[in-house]
Amino acid sequence: MDPIFLVEAAINGILLGGVLALLALGLNLIFGVLDIVWIAYVDLVMLCMYAIYFFNVAFGWPIWAAGLVSLAAGTILGVAVHLLIISPILTSAPINQLLATGGLLFFLQSAATFLWTTDHKTVRLSLPSYEIAGIFLPATRIIPFAISILAVIALYFFLTRTYIGTAIRAVSQDRDAMSLMGASPQRIYIVTSAVGGLMAGLAGALLIFQYSVHPFFGGQFGPLTFMICVLGGLGNMVGAFIASFIMSEIIAIGGVVISTEMGYVIAFVIFIVMMFVRPGGILAKRE
Amino acid sequence: MLELSGVTAGYGHFTALWDVSLRVAEGEAVAVVGPNGAGKTTLLRVVSGLIVPRSGRILFEGADLAGHPAHDIVAHGIAHVPEGRRLFPGLTVADNLKMGAFLPTARARYRESLERVYTLFPVLAERQQQRAGSMSGGEQQMLAIGRALMSQPKIILLDEPSLGLAPVMVLRVFDLIRRVREEGYTILVVEQNVRQVLKLVDRAYLLEVGRIKMEGRAAELAEQDFVRKAYMGV
Repeated sequence: MDPIFLVEAAINGILLGGVLALLALGLNLIFGVLDIVWIAYVDLVMLCMYAIYFFNVAFGWPIWAAGLVSLAAGTILGVAVHLLIISPILTSAPINQLLATGGLLFFLQSAATFLWTTDHKTVRLSLPSYEIAGIFLPATRIIPFAISILAVIALYFFLTRTYIGTAIRAVSQDRDAMSLMGASPQRIYIVTSAVGGLMAGLAGALLIFQYSVHPFFGGQFGPLTFMICVLGGLGNMVGAFIASFIMSEIIAIGGVVISTEMGYVIAFVIFIVMMFVRPGGILAKRE
Repeated sequence: MLELSGVTAGYGHFTALWDVSLRVAEGEAVAVVGPNGAGKTTLLRVVSGLIVPRSGRILFEGADLAGHPAHDIVAHGIAHVPEGRRLFPGLTVADNLKMGAFLPTARARYRESLERVYTLFPVLAERQQQRAGSMSGGEQQMLAIGRALMSQPKIILLDEPSLGLAPVMVLRVFDLIRRVREEGYTILVVEQNVRQVLKLVDRAYLLEVGRIKMEGRAAELAEQDFVRKAYMGV
């Protein structure tokens, strides 16, 4: 095989990894603070993609304005999930919390099917492609990647430089101690859920560049996002960021060398093996 | 300033405190001593709102705070240095102190408080960028007290400040608490190290299996025969 294909696959892997990182960091942020995995996280992304589709295609809004609607929708959905589903069962058994967000997943998928049918809906964007040294680089991948990286940097500064961001990290380390500092846990949870939702909205706005939206979109990225979080160590933001690129590279290169399906198979096999070798995630200290 | 009357509290079906009443006047340092499992930690957790009392009143500057959530009680001026210090281990020393000043009123006076804490504990100023979890036990205790001071409290609750520290460090920590006292803070401290703590405070209460058994001036209590025998090993 021409090595140029491998280089192209590797670059595509990096470009995909940016958006995956956004999803994984959003899910991980919420887990770190609330100790709950939002199983339906990528289904919120799906709703945001529908929002863009309707505002752009049906209502004729420009794509950037529809993107802003997606950000707003994500933020509102994040807060709504917390207030309506998580908050009432915050002190119940972890399995119940997991089942509740799992139930939300089926509800959202069914509701989307009922409202919008199973048709794949696509936002058509006419964006250029660039060819550098025989490598084909479409703007529909470069723009989402660039925006993802900017968003990850913004998230980093939010979590390390602002009072509320530092408080979010503090709560994930010691919930009770932070309430002794005068921070209402519920307020921190709402801010965290809003930021997580905002990231889902942004991920939706970026995924619509490359993917069509349908009610089962969550199944395409949900398990992958969850596995990235586990591979990076649940709650570990740096680990999730690195794991996003590991998984996306395996999928992209495996996809070119063998086949797209095998790319995913290899990624999942490596994930299972890693769970035996490093159950605490790639950055966990060895015992 | 702080007055508990008839406080009963516990966890689930277990009652850890029975009808406890105590009082701390402004500017005073008061200790609650007693053996392991007497309910000392529970007592402080009730005051700071981490546990809701079943009955009784917790009056602070005239307002009944029983049943208020912890984050609201801090805002009234009660800072709690919890058992085991409970720092944010992954955060730097500077960020831990920053979190101490989370309340809007404390945030407004952040610089001033920080300077005060660094003057009191110079070692914290040298270690600003170090992760709290990687410091020694004594340094962590200083950071925990410093973090509590950042909230501009009127009273500080200290839970077993000497727990788990090397004997030399125990003396240093008591020395530092003495300095905090001299700064004019009101202190309610809970300790197993009876001998040291009675040198530090004005008054003390003896708590046994959830009930106040005795109360008195620290010097008088230290002279009591049975306290000496039971808790000081003399």
